[in-house]
Amino acid sequence: MFESDPTLTIAVVSKVYPMRSHTVSAEGGAAAVIKPNDSLEDHIYDTISGADWMCDQDAVEAFVNEAPKEMLQLEHWGCPWNREEDGTVAVRPFGGMKIQRTWYAADKTGFHMLHTLFQTSLKYDPIERFDEWFVTRLLVEDGRCQGVVAVELATGRIQPILGRSVILSTGGCGKIFPFTTNANIKNGDGMALAYRAGVPLKDMEFIQYHPTGLPFTGILITEASRAEGGILVNKDGYRYLQDYDLGTPHPKPVLRSMELGPRDRLSQAFVKEQEKGRTLEGEYGHYVHLDVRHLGEKIIDSRIPFVRELCLKYENIDPVKEMIPVRPVIHYVMGGVHTDIDSATPLGGLFAAGEVACVSINGANRLGSNSLTELLVFGARAGRSAAEFAKAHQGFTNGIESQVLDEENRLNTLLNSDGTEKVADIRSEMHETMESGAGIYRSRDTLEQSSQKIRELQERYSRVKVEDRSMTFNTELTSILELGYMLDVAETIIQSALQREESRGSHQRTDFPERDDDQFLSHSLAYREDDGSSRVDYLPVKITKWPPGERVYGEKK
Amino acid sequence: MNRNAHHTLHHPKWYRVQKPIFWWVKRFADIRFIFRELTSLAVAYSVILLVVIYRALLTSEAAYTSLTTTLREPFWVTINVIALGAVLYHTFTWFNLAPRAIVMRLGKWRIPDLMIAGGNYAAWIVISGVIYLAYVSG
Amino acid sequence: MASTITIEVSRYRPEEESEPVFQSYEVPLRSDWVILDGLNYIKNELDGSLSFRWSCRMGVCGSCGMMINGEPVLTCAAFLESYAPGPIRIEPLQHFPVVRDLVTDMEDFMGKLTTVKPWVVREEEKPVEEGEYKQTPEQLADFKRYSMCINCMLCYSACPVYGLEPEFTGPAAIALAQRYNLDSRDEGNDDRMEILSHDEGIWSCTLVGECSEVCPKDVDPAGAIQRYKLAGATSWWKSILLPWQK
Repeated sequence: MFESDPTLTIAVVSKVYPMRSHTVSAEGGAAAVIKPNDSLEDHIYDTISGADWMCDQDAVEAFVNEAPKEMLQLEHWGCPWNREEDGTVAVRPFGGMKIQRTWYAADKTGFHMLHTLFQTSLKYDPIERFDEWFVTRLLVEDGRCQGVVAVELATGRIQPILGRSVILSTGGCGKIFPFTTNANIKNGDGMALAYRAGVPLKDMEFIQYHPTGLPFTGILITEASRAEGGILVNKDGYRYLQDYDLGTPHPKPVLRSMELGPRDRLSQAFVKEQEKGRTLEGEYGHYVHLDVRHLGEKIIDSRIPFVRELCLKYENIDPVKEMIPVRPVIHYVMGGVHTDIDSATPLGGLFAAGEVACVSINGANRLGSNSLTELLVFGARAGRSAAEFAKAHQGFTNGIESQVLDEENRLNTLLNSDGTEKVADIRSEMHETMESGAGIYRSRDTLEQSSQKIRELQERYSRVKVEDRSMTFNTELTSILELGYMLDVAETIIQSALQREESRGSHQRTDFPERDDDQFLSHSLAYREDDGSSRVDYLPVKITKWPPGERVYGEKK
Repeated sequence: MNRNAHHTLHHPKWYRVQKPIFWWVKRFADIRFIFRELTSLAVAYSVILLVVIYRALLTSEAAYTSLTTTLREPFWVTINVIALGAVLYHTFTWFNLAPRAIVMRLGKWRIPDLMIAGGNYAAWIVISGVIYLAYVSG
Repeated sequence: MASTITIEVSRYRPEEESEPVFQSYEVPLRSDWVILDGLNYIKNELDGSLSFRWSCRMGVCGSCGMMINGEPVLTCAAFLESYAPGPIRIEPLQHFPVVRDLVTDMEDFMGKLTTVKPWVVREEEKPVEEGEYKQTPEQLADFKRYSMCINCMLCYSACPVYGLEPEFTGPAAIALAQRYNLDSRDEGNDDRMEILSHDEGIWSCTLVGECSEVCPKDVDPAGAIQRYKLAGATSWWKSILLPWQK
């Protein structure tokens, strides 16, 4: 987001070319109130109840109010939103939303939003890009963030990039888990950078599973496939969601019911179904079927063509003729760098927006199609806040050079170290322990085991093996650094999950199956201790007008 | 950057390859492409030939007769048959590609590619027919 | 399934080699593995020093294009099995300088992309408060195809003109220019025509058509360029025949 203030210069530092960023993979759509039959109030309520009352209501209000404007801005920049016959923007239904309000660009919404934004950014000269620069550390001096240290991948050059304010927008950390829709680059970089700089990570125990990913690849089959009428069936061809308080089956999709219930409930139903032995089993574990065959080729090709393309190209399945094997896969982390409603973190000069941040509007469970809109609204807010901060703070402090030298030494030492532990081994053991200990259902036992395992992996990580000593595009070095980020973030997930002795939204404890508003209507804040462990604090959730209620899906009782 | 430049710290030494002159002999699709490029020589030749024939026709009857006599020699017949083949090939590829460049609409309906290519062929046949009829009746 | 397949990978480590050499690896031949999975197997299990780009593994981020047996393809969308029994020869995308192993330099494209003004150009911006620019589904369909480009660079690798004349603006950049030209919200046609009607622009293209053949997203850059040429020629004739019409 760029304010048109000529005195500002902006550097975009990214470890990949901007159009490779993971927003590109988002399929379904972005929610904003635009139609006359919709209301801001409804969008606010859907978001709050979907989040199981764990979101800050002032933030949700700001988000919903500003969403239409930001979405229209993107339309003005050229985003190819699907249209109605009269030329207005078209909307589609989406899980957890009571009314149709999701804008979409076929089923490549994120792709079009990202490319539109990136291409539009090219017209602004004050934006200087550092493409394929890998950030290794935030520069914090005098109580404020004054820039980053980054490695230019093509040359191996280590350099400080100074900024009077810094915005993190590095996305999530799905790659901590084995089955994820997230791309290879989603390693929680920004979260770990902030965490190491003393900024707390908020609500890290809330991690969203998407109920319909392809086994093995984790490729996401968009919720739109269910919104258009796709159904989930177990190995007996039975629509099992009706057994889990999600309504009764109808031939046509019903909003907030059955297959259009919220993601967490759908994923949890899968585990229960698996326990009953009613799922199918394949090479990559258990799965169920998503059936869209009854929609027919024409609707599939016009409304969800990308789903068909993905199935054909990557799984060799034709959804027109066959059922699609699906399982819950890690999709989104609701938690992130603690920010306020203006996208500011507690550390001066450091801002965060998008999945890396936790404002929070997503609470214990994000509603589908809110996250793309969140990027726009809080991206714009972060831009404005950062610009203000930059104008109020002149110059840089002296201590920075020594920090840069420190960082250079750290990286050079790592590059020339003689470790023995394979990065792939540590990574896959981390995957295993996160899935078994901090998956869809958790308990004190599983979490404590994982906690121990992560400590062990941290220790082994300090003896990691480096085979590639090259300064030129050393992707082994970046994998090692990314693994370090992931281990730090994994620690916060486990500790936050361990401390939250209740079940809420995506955080389900088998030993504490009830929601406990008396004790836990609070955000967790994980701080890094000097020994590398996490200390968890709490911050009350902001409730303004909507007192906590029961989440009800399916028919109202 | 010089290909043999030495790598120095923080200065990438990229590797670049020059495309060889005969880059196109490895793949059939490339050979076909180069062949089509070459057929444009035949198109140019046909245009020049047409101009030469017109000039002879305008100069005198004798000049025209002498030209047609020359063109009946086996050498020129061979050349012209080859040129005709090349020009026809060029024409076909050109007509088939036309829908790529032309998007036509009738109201909201976009005319399908096949009809645009078909229209070109139809126009070709009709014009040829008219010329032939004019020739027969004249 | 114990069978394996041989992958021959082009290695170029600028600190060590003056030109690329091939290195062979054996990887498991699994029916659901794409070439990229094979490369990741090499990187994780056999040789951590192999460098290549990848991210989404679902054909939309555009990072993992490489030459497979001489053809440019997205390695996340090419099953190992379809190349059995092998060996599979993997090289960096051709026509680009090689930075390292399978990593090429794409700064040239990034520069060219900016020159064709891939953004909505308008005389007058409508304030956001007044709502969206109206656009019918048909108007959307006019440019939608050209908006699908993922910048994967396969078309540049397939284009012999770009290989011979690196100044050529190239398929993807021109297709994206056309994407905005055909967008009913845009008024930048004349600007872009001025930029692209040069020799290095649309007129360099000799309609090889390979760019459209290799495009994984069916963007049809060749078609975009031909339409552009037609529009260029038309506006040139107009300026000659009807000079008073600006």
